[in-house]
Amino acid sequence: MTDDLQFDGQGHLRHLLTIEGLSRQTILEILDIAESFITVGEREIKKVPLARGKTVVNLFFESSTRTRTTFEIAAKRLSADVINLNVSASSTSKGETLLDTIRNLEAMHTDLFVVRHSESGAAHLIARHVPSHVHIINAGDGRHAHPTQALLDVFTIRRHKGAFDKLKIAIVGDILHSRVARSQIHALTTLGVAELRVIAPKTLLPTAVEKLGVRAFTNMEDGLEGVDVVMMLRLQRERMQGGHIPSEQEYFNLYGLTPAKLDFAAKDAIVMHPGPMNRGLEIDSAVADGAQSVILPQVTYGIAVRMAVMALIMGGHAEPVAGRRKE
Amino acid sequence: MSLHIKGGRLIDPANKTDGKKDLYIDDEGFVVGVGKAPDGFKPSGTLDVTGKIVCPGLVDLRARLREPGLEYKATIESELRAAVAAGITTLSCPPDSNPVIETPAMAQMIQSRAWRFGLTFIHPLGALTRGLEGKLLADMEALDDAGCVGFTNGFEPVKDTLVMRRALEYAATFDLTVFLHAEDPWLRNGGCVHEGEVGTRLGLPGIPEAAETVGVARDLALIEQTGCRAHFCNLSSARAVAMIAEAQKQGLPVSADVTAHHLHLTEHDIGFFNTQCHVRPPLRSQRDRDGLRQALKNGVLGAICSDHQPHEPDAKLAPFAESEPGISALETLLPLTLKLVDEKLVSLPEAIALLTWRPADILGVDTGRLDLGATADICVFDPEAHWILTEDKLASRGHNTPFLNWEFRGRVTHTLIGGNLVYELK
Amino acid sequence: MTVTVNIEAALKHMTEELRPSLAREPFMIGIYTGGTWVAEHLHRALGLKEPLGTLDISFYRDDFTRIGMNPQVKVSNLPVNVEGRHVILVDDVLHTGRTIRAAMNEIFDYGRPASVLLAVLIERPGRELPIEAGVVGQHMKLGKHQHVKLTGPEKLELKVQEVSG
Repeated sequence: MTDDLQFDGQGHLRHLLTIEGLSRQTILEILDIAESFITVGEREIKKVPLARGKTVVNLFFESSTRTRTTFEIAAKRLSADVINLNVSASSTSKGETLLDTIRNLEAMHTDLFVVRHSESGAAHLIARHVPSHVHIINAGDGRHAHPTQALLDVFTIRRHKGAFDKLKIAIVGDILHSRVARSQIHALTTLGVAELRVIAPKTLLPTAVEKLGVRAFTNMEDGLEGVDVVMMLRLQRERMQGGHIPSEQEYFNLYGLTPAKLDFAAKDAIVMHPGPMNRGLEIDSAVADGAQSVILPQVTYGIAVRMAVMALIMGGHAEPVAGRRKE
Repeated sequence: MSLHIKGGRLIDPANKTDGKKDLYIDDEGFVVGVGKAPDGFKPSGTLDVTGKIVCPGLVDLRARLREPGLEYKATIESELRAAVAAGITTLSCPPDSNPVIETPAMAQMIQSRAWRFGLTFIHPLGALTRGLEGKLLADMEALDDAGCVGFTNGFEPVKDTLVMRRALEYAATFDLTVFLHAEDPWLRNGGCVHEGEVGTRLGLPGIPEAAETVGVARDLALIEQTGCRAHFCNLSSARAVAMIAEAQKQGLPVSADVTAHHLHLTEHDIGFFNTQCHVRPPLRSQRDRDGLRQALKNGVLGAICSDHQPHEPDAKLAPFAESEPGISALETLLPLTLKLVDEKLVSLPEAIALLTWRPADILGVDTGRLDLGATADICVFDPEAHWILTEDKLASRGHNTPFLNWEFRGRVTHTLIGGNLVYELK
Repeated sequence: MTVTVNIEAALKHMTEELRPSLAREPFMIGIYTGGTWVAEHLHRALGLKEPLGTLDISFYRDDFTRIGMNPQVKVSNLPVNVEGRHVILVDDVLHTGRTIRAAMNEIFDYGRPASVLLAVLIERPGRELPIEAGVVGQHMKLGKHQHVKLTGPEKLELKVQEVSG
């Protein structure tokens, strides 16, 4: 079903809602385009005119300054006009349905909505109800997906570790509630990594998680053994109240990434985190700021990857006349 | 007007009838002849149903009519018209309307509203506890007198086990049947899908199988303790029906039903957040569906019901967890049941039994059979009619069904209530 | 159809035409892909000391809304600051002028050059914008439905194709 919705009739990417349904080729295409956008960020004028005249609306039903800001920067670097709507405060609290909010905004001639919502499936619902010229990028829906985060993560891995097929990768943390983890799992299995592991206490592992193509570990030392990439997840403090883990101290002792635990991974393993970090809870400062951390570069890559996704989605799709790409 | 229904294949499982037999109905709407006319009988009218199947009007154990309180979704009139279009002549509705059916006046109001339309009979269920809040017992005896055929707490089980014990004891005092939606509310934990691989992939909060089995275990223990006759509604897991089978074997007075959709759909039908598949209890795994089908075949599950819940479009146009559960299901009750016959799970007479005398027995009402002297509530359907369910064919106000564009074989052509033709397929 | 244009001769002609501008210490930029091949020859022949700049104009094309992203985008690389410099912009074929328009927009996003001199291997009719080359290797008379393409990079060859529409 996703194939129909994310792609138009000619097989071009129309929306980015989830990594599920994207081929290996499409993912690599996005990474290649992102490479070229990295240099744009290194110039004096960090803009290209690709999306000039297009309107991008950041529709965040769940507030997030970080993600919204990177999407805003990415859209502006493509020369698009950007509008930020923090909907959590306004219309839905007045009882306006999700679809009514979208319809009102469409009337303002938007080309692309970047949507973040606290409920799984929100982006799909919206994508099913917008006209054909409107595009949707899912910036996170409930626990389901956060595709641009996964794409920037695999971009980071490719940049720092090269080919995927020999890599052993571990995702550590609250897999149960994590849309980032689910998208990362789909991306890495599609790209064909050698081994993908998830590490968490049973209370934070979803049922039947192996069916997604991963090996589940509850012991962190075992799980990190020989791993080339350690992907940490943020632990929300509410999980203590929810009874998933007894205390922060216990969590840090068992699942926090410290230099001692990192020793179990490969010598040149890289450490990643989608941010924002809870220092002392899921990750020790020594590791976050250490030599193996690529956490800061991830942020830069995030802008380039989001530019790539927007450019790919918003661009037209007519075939260039044979040989006339360079006139 | 007396009637001769001729040329059809009469299937009346309660009387073990299956063959070419005409029916003769007198002008007061009672069956006076099966297979041959009584002496001197001159019908005023004839209904030729050659090539069709004639059976007792269908009995639907559970259908919500949304009145009173939720008229923006549907009304008694709209849903009874849908019921007769679906061949259903008797149905039972739960008490969770607004206000709740917890007073004799409410119970009588619903029945007389239905009576006025002259369509399907409604046998309401009464509230088990006041306001369905699970704290104080409702006036069950008075409600029974007013026409309630059983008692239930609706979707929200009685959390306090002591209150539950007392409710079952009280019902047992008056030989009343309690209808249970067995579920442990804490394990349910706000979930909306089966806790399994689909829920994991979609990132939707899951309801584990244990929520149902823990609820069933608790209720079975109390049923054994109190001797109350109980009917388990809407079981969704193979494990739970296995527990029911064991209880039945031990002689406990328990029966159970299953919805038509749980016999066909699984968690995989949710696809990418298809809210039409958001139901309560959730669609579970293929193993569970297979277990339900086996239990139906073995007689552990005594009836198939629709669990009809019509909704307005907005109820389903929301992110999955925020959408309202329920399917508009009256009009797919018979077609989905006939599909089970096509799939060779049950025979045609067995299938009809599961929609006629067996649910009638569970409700304790005298219908679902065409004995001599019975009220002529009759369903006639064309077993060979191929048709596709589209929105324009739905008579119900609710168009919320995952079965749109499904192809079915078998379609209701006539429905009679008390000998009156209340529905005819155009 | 491979055309008998003497590419060697054309490049030599361009080199000689460009020699006078060496006095202004020009910075040479080639446009991917054919333009960079031509620029490499000129860069060598003129003995320019600074590295050659390369430009991919994909992000500045005016037909993005029609044909979208090209996944084979190469990375533009301008190793020298163009601010105040005299730029020699090199391309293989000057036809409609749109590529040059895009290239100039991109260069100006890097900085403000003192001047831009356009040098092309082949100039052919069909201009859609007011753009002309200061240095031309060879003029070719081609019809509306003929298209010329430079192939390389080892052996540079010109191929003329008939295109429809």
